[in-house]
Amino acid sequence: MYDITGYNEAKSLQDVFDLIKEDPKARLIAGGTDVLVKSRERKEGFVDAPLIGITRIPDLQDIYLDDDETLVIGSMNSFTDVETNPLVKEHAPLLSEAVALVGGPQTRNAGTIGGNVCNGATSADSAPTLFAYNAVLEIHSPNGVKNVPIAEFYKGAGWVDLEPGDILVKIKIAKADYEGYQGHYTKFAQRHALDIANLSCACLLKVENDVIEDLRVCFGVAAPTPIRMAKAEAYAKGKAISEETMAEIGKLCLEDTNTRNSWRASKEYRDHLVQILPGRNIMAAIGEA
Amino acid sequence: MEKVIHFTLNDEPVSCRVDVRKSLLEMLRTDFGLTGTKEGCGVGECGACTVGVDKETVDSCIYLAVWVDGKVVTTIEGVTNPDGTLSDVQDAFVKAGAVQCGFCIPGMVVSSEQFLEDNPDPSREEIRRALSGNMCRCTGYQKIVDAVEIAAEGRKVK
Repeated sequence: MYDITGYNEAKSLQDVFDLIKEDPKARLIAGGTDVLVKSRERKEGFVDAPLIGITRIPDLQDIYLDDDETLVIGSMNSFTDVETNPLVKEHAPLLSEAVALVGGPQTRNAGTIGGNVCNGATSADSAPTLFAYNAVLEIHSPNGVKNVPIAEFYKGAGWVDLEPGDILVKIKIAKADYEGYQGHYTKFAQRHALDIANLSCACLLKVENDVIEDLRVCFGVAAPTPIRMAKAEAYAKGKAISEETMAEIGKLCLEDTNTRNSWRASKEYRDHLVQILPGRNIMAAIGEA
Repeated sequence: MEKVIHFTLNDEPVSCRVDVRKSLLEMLRTDFGLTGTKEGCGVGECGACTVGVDKETVDSCIYLAVWVDGKVVTTIEGVTNPDGTLSDVQDAFVKAGAVQCGFCIPGMVVSSEQFLEDNPDPSREEIRRALSGNMCRCTGYQKIVDAVEIAAEGRKVK
């Protein structure tokens, strides 16, 4: 049994606001693949509090293209939903590929993309790709609606820009941020399934005649939060694709990352990966690896 | 705190009053006596507790019991033929020699059944990915993958 003090199934966003007002200690739970694991570990904030289920709220379900062709993904879509959705596959295929690498099938069927983001882990498999697509998070609260760029949403390890009463409703990717981009995501881990990345790297780029028009690189597990590589991205603009360019991109990434030692991998190993994964991803993205 | 839920369990409509703190795994084993579903790691990593919920597999150890309200649940007991004989997938596991200690097998079979329903003509690679959420510490997986291949072939012949 989980050491929780109650459970309520929210049927609408208003239900969530009312329940949180009643008990600010209440915690939102989506697919449970993080929250229930933490509850079992008796982590502070995950026991001795009631849970509010949000997976049945209709506003959080759809995946569609907006009037201006923004790709909108309801936060309660499971990883499997996102992986197999035709609109995601067509417009943001890198996201489909990235979430296909989460855990195993059971985790992907229960876990949600919104939960993955709000959990705030630097290793979240959806995060580097969402950073590369400049995803915007639509967050609702009793006070209204705010749109937060994902890079500003992540505040620190396991810490995101959410107050009690806030709920992530939609994840949005603007047309200008997906159209014409190709990409590749590497989850570098010990196992091919049921594992957490030692380091992960998403690259999105626009290429014209072997010249990089635009490059976006984001790492997971290279800092307390997923992190974009501003220096490498600025350098890459207008550069021809070559071994030298790839090496320089790798070197510049090292200036923006802040890797650590952990039982999964040493800092030295991670720094090595930081230098080689962007180049590998870029070559894979353009079909030459 | 308890909640009354209604769901379909192995093709049978059921209702029960369940403690909201219970996992689906606990409810199946203690309230319904369906002990074929096993608890391995308890944190959603090993797949021994795999059950089908609305035609998708989930780890029932990290799935709240109340979440199945209104849904369709299939456990290993529901995979076995109504007369108690083995299903074709179970039979294929026996034929392939895929079972050693057996603890992971209910989860393996539930995952395999759902996978073959979704993908009747799978490659070996697809089978491996479909079973990647189920750990086996005895076999090395080859004969488990063989078993799913045998079951898929058998269904084609029918």
